[in-house]
Amino acid sequence: MMRRDDCLKVLARHHRDQIVVPVYQAAFEWMVIRPHPLTYLGVGAMGQASSHALGLALGRPDRQVLVLDGDGSLLMNLGTLVTIAQAAPRNLVHFVCQNDCYEANGGHPIPGADRVSFAGFARAAGWAGVHEFSELPDFEARIGAVLAAPGPTFVTLRVVPGEPYPQDFDALHDAARRAAFREALARG
Amino acid sequence: MSDATRPAAVPDDSVPSGAAVIAALKRCGIGIVVSLPDIVTSDGLLWPISRDPELRLVRVCKEDEGVSICAGLAYTGTRSVLLIQHTGLFDSLNALRAIAVEYGAPVCMIVGLQGMEPDREPPESARYGVRVVAPVLDAMGIEHARLSRASDVARIEPAFERAWSRSRPFAFLVGRPPR
Repeated sequence: MMRRDDCLKVLARHHRDQIVVPVYQAAFEWMVIRPHPLTYLGVGAMGQASSHALGLALGRPDRQVLVLDGDGSLLMNLGTLVTIAQAAPRNLVHFVCQNDCYEANGGHPIPGADRVSFAGFARAAGWAGVHEFSELPDFEARIGAVLAAPGPTFVTLRVVPGEPYPQDFDALHDAARRAAFREALARG
Repeated sequence: MSDATRPAAVPDDSVPSGAAVIAALKRCGIGIVVSLPDIVTSDGLLWPISRDPELRLVRVCKEDEGVSICAGLAYTGTRSVLLIQHTGLFDSLNALRAIAVEYGAPVCMIVGLQGMEPDREPPESARYGVRVVAPVLDAMGIEHARLSRASDVARIEPAFERAWSRSRPFAFLVGRPPR
């Protein structure tokens, strides 16, 4: 099992000009680990991150889009796996941080904890690439190739919480950050 | 009867033309239609859209996905429309609340009113689900207009342009199947 912030630090070393769409805990950590104007925080709630990412990916095929989803979030919008597989954007990589619980809402277990396979869902839906990582050295060794392959690509990260990060909900809902994202995207 | 004495043809205003609606969408600069099938707009809009080489159709599994896809597209400057049924609109209220209203995304919608009686207007419908669509949108601060007659098609461009310029959602409510 990997610490989520360790995974995000590894991913940050590979981040160039990709759009990143993070959710809740991953968003709180990504904002600190890799502060960047191309972080899209306007996802609302209820599992919508990957759907926003599909819109971004279709609208900007020149730019890779990375989703940092949660397992509880993805369970609320499982149809997205079928929709994205059908639309088949080559520039979309969907990471799900699977910790088997609703970490932002009291730590209650998700339905199917320790049983459900999100990678299995993605594989069955017809994604171009499907990967699952539970050991950090393996993730470090292969993430470059995963990002370089044509998508859509789905990646399960089996994680536990790492260091505590501030749950900055004000930043998450900050209109100025959404405006900064729009401006950064319009620049190139 | 000669042409000179024939009465001028009266345009059929009873239902909108699907072709005219699609032409209006294209004039708006819309290149992507995001949809889940709706029986009111199926024959007149969605099937022709699915065969139109100038439009990309993104089929979704749930309507709230469509709200988010259209929002993501808007951030890239890509114009799209969400074509759904009113039942799907109700299923998407939280996404519309958060993304379209609170975050100010210009989600432009065409919503079929399933079960709408052709001889009535939505507020007079005997069907609860149809009757409450407009009041719910009003309560959420989402502007809307009727798209049930041919003459209503002219409302599409100004309404959607206004939605994009203000970064606010807008919904057209279709009470009669377009021909």
